[in-house]
Order: sequence, then C-alpha cells, then structure tokens
Amino acid sequence: MTPFSYTRAGSVDEAIRLGAGPQTKYLGGGTNLVDLLRETLERPTALVDVSGLSSTIEELPDGGILIGASATNTAIAEHRAVRARYPMLTRAITAGASAQIRNMATAAGNILQRTRCTYFYDNAGSRCNKRSPGQGCDAIDGFNRNHAVLGASSSCVATHPSDMCVALAALGALVHIQNEHGTRVLALTDLHRLPEDHPDVDTTLTPGELITAIELPALPMAARSTYRKIRDRSSYAFALISVAAAIELEGESIKDVRIALGGVAHKPWRAWQAEASLKGNVAITENFCAAAEAELAEARPLRDNAFKIDLAKRAIVAVLSALAGEKSMGTRA
Amino acid sequence: MTHTVYVNGSEEQLPDDPRVSVLDFLREHLQLAGVKKGCNQGACGACTVLVDGDQRILSCMALAVQYEGRAITSIEGLAKNGSLDPLQQAFIDHDGFQCGYCTPGQICSSIGMSAELRRGVPSHATDDLSTETIDLSHDELRERMSGNLCRCGAYNGIVAAIAESHARANP
Repeated sequence: MTPFSYTRAGSVDEAIRLGAGPQTKYLGGGTNLVDLLRETLERPTALVDVSGLSSTIEELPDGGILIGASATNTAIAEHRAVRARYPMLTRAITAGASAQIRNMATAAGNILQRTRCTYFYDNAGSRCNKRSPGQGCDAIDGFNRNHAVLGASSSCVATHPSDMCVALAALGALVHIQNEHGTRVLALTDLHRLPEDHPDVDTTLTPGELITAIELPALPMAARSTYRKIRDRSSYAFALISVAAAIELEGESIKDVRIALGGVAHKPWRAWQAEASLKGNVAITENFCAAAEAELAEARPLRDNAFKIDLAKRAIVAVLSALAGEKSMGTRA
Repeated sequence: MTHTVYVNGSEEQLPDDPRVSVLDFLREHLQLAGVKKGCNQGACGACTVLVDGDQRILSCMALAVQYEGRAITSIEGLAKNGSLDPLQQAFIDHDGFQCGYCTPGQICSSIGMSAELRRGVPSHATDDLSTETIDLSHDELRERMSGNLCRCGAYNGIVAAIAESHARANP
C-alpha cells in the first residue's frame, strides 16, 4: 500500500468536508478497498472512515425502508421487515461473499465496490483500460468466461460483482447522496455506468459525494420475489448469471413485474425490455421466453462466454415460472 | 482518543501506520501467531477472528485503526483457565484438521456462526425466511462455513466437530 492518512468521520458533514480533499477515498468495511490498496490499484493519500456513520434500518410510514449507508450486509439480510417485504434482497445478500465479509461490508461499500475482472487485478502482466485508461484491454481477447454480454464496449468487458445491487436495481432502490452543496436522490439504476470509453469511472457520483442511505420504496409486490444465482461452485463465488425478480398477478395476467440481472454487464442490469414485454400479458412460459429473448436480443458474446446468453434466458424463465406458480413454487427459486 | 484496542482482554496500543491490517497487527506486533495469513485477499478465511465477542470478520481485510476501542478475540483467547474451548476439543476429537493451518480460522468462524444462528440470521441454505429458529442442518453448516477453506480437505472432520459441539450446546 502507498502511504495514506486516516481519519474517522464523526458526522456526515465532517465526512463531506474531509472527503473534498484531493486523492481522498471514503472507507466503509474495507472488504474491497483494502484489497485494492494492497494491490496498489487504488492509491489515495487520505482515507475518511465513514463506517461509524448511520447504520440504522428504519421502517418508513409509507411501507418503505431506509437503510443507513453503514449498515452491514448481514444486518440488512437479517432484518425482519426486509425478509418479509423484500425477500429478494435477503436472498441476494446471502448469496454473496462469505459470512465474514457480509459482517464487515457496508451497504454503500457494496454499491461502490469496483466493477472489475481478473485482468484489472493483474497489475504487472495485463493491459487494462479500467486500471490504466487508454492502455487497452486484454480481457476482450483473453479468458473471458466470466465477462459481460450486455452493454460492454471495446474498452471494457468487466462485470459488476454485487448480488445485493441486482436486487436493489429490481426493487427500484433510491440512493441518498450528500455533497458540499446539499443532498440529492438517485435511482440505483442511474448510479452505475456502462463502460463506454471511460471504464475507469464506475459511477455517476462526483468526487467527494457521499452515499448516506439507501431507500427501498414501498413495493407490496416484492413480498413475492426471489433471487437466483448460478455460479461455478455452490457457495462463495461470483455469479455467472443471477436473476432478481418479483411478479404481481391479476388473475392469469401479469399486473406488474420486476426483473434485474447480475453477471451480465458493467452495472446491475435492470431488464426493462423484458418487463415491458410482460406487463398486461398472461403469465405463461411462452411469454416468459419471449421476454427473455427480448432482453438478451442485444447480447454480444466474447470467445468464452456465449453460454451466458442462453443461461440468462433460461434463468429468467425459470425464476418467473417459479414465482408465477407454474411449477411447484419453492421458497427458494 | 485512546488509540487502543482490546485483544483477548488486554488493552493494546494500535499501530501508528494506518496501513497495518488487524492480521499483521496480531501476528507481527503482538506475536499472536495463531491467526494465519492464507491468501491475504479475503478468499480463504484462515485469518478469521472475532470482534466484540462473537462477530466473525476477516482480519486481512480490516485495517487495525478501524477497530479502535473494540474487542478482538483470536484463537489464543478462547481457552479459559487452561481449558480448551469445547469446540477446540471437538476439533481434536474428530480430527478436524490435517496440517492445522486453517484451524484457528475455522474455529473462530464457527463460534461466530453459532452467534448468527442464535440471532436467526438466514443463509443461502435457509428455505423459509420467516423462520425464527434455524436448525443447523448439514446444508446450513456447509453453507455457513463456506468462507473457510481447508486445502487438506479435512472437511468431514471439521463438519463433525462443529456439528457435535453445536448439538451439545443446543440440546
């Protein structure tokens, strides 16, 4: 690690003031940032520890939930109201990382972990536009089984590794942000960027902005929701494909539906096209298949990851079918 | 600010350099070599220690300065009055190790897991999220301990030791 100063922020205002300094990073649980510091992929000169700021999980009068940015992944997953009203979120969090990491990792830190791939970490041996802008990308013609099939660019094909964020994208979560001038609220789906020609920039946050809370809007349909993750080993591995989904039926037709995908893109991927093709239609397999086809129509495989396109389609259909009760509906999809 | 941390009950001065991980602090500064450095990148669990009694964390990913004023328990802190923790004894009884390198992490992790079970924290293996109590089934145990790798493959003994210890503590 290159040398840095360390300050623990006692308040959001203090954090923002300290965070305005040059080469300054906010520190949450450290489960991604400490690793990046050790590999010298991040070289800040100052760390502002915000892990002591709000970690409350508050049930809002309208039925939503407001999660303090420093709430741990475990605290969110085990919260009774989250489990009852947004089961996909508990399912997504418990599908990610290990218990030790979930005990350390904060909500905002999970959101702001770097979109990354193994070539990004290979400091000495590989070219990476995310690590060194303009250098080139060795993943595009390399071992890219785990890489993106949607929304990638000629400069970067990495995927965002978070499970939690896939559920947050499907739930329409709102990210509360504070900066020197005030506060703003941003949809999670607008926070992460696609790589385009600037894969070194993962989010739309401006330097020094701080995530203070994550709001889950009231969404009664989310009580019937789940998260399915497909990976190379059955625990403690990143997603090849994951699906977060909720469905609300009215008779046999789909009144509303939420779908987001993980493991496919530089950001958690809200499946807007699949959702649009399903709303108002009958909840049958043919329509689920058509929705999955619509969402993956623009998918572009690399050398090793064409399987992800079919896998994503099948996962979407399987999860929707389970939620709609076409097959015996297990509590785990 | 006192700039100290409690390690196995003793108040210790934290390092001045904020780059020092809890892992290196324990091993290199306090000579508590029970905690092990496996991957040093959050992938193996060998460095697992307990914070504030029963919260399991990875000490390799934790900067020591972040834990000011808090209590850290390493494998050296588990024996009481010269007697091993029952879980330590169970690992011996069931041959829950071969080389022993992952063992301190396995044991600390298992203690943290028990606390999570008592709180009713669900896991990926939990079928019903509304449940108040979770039985430590074979699937639950394996899932909840999946953050601790054993390259010798002593998993059968590890699982047996944890299952027996858990059953004795929860008759």
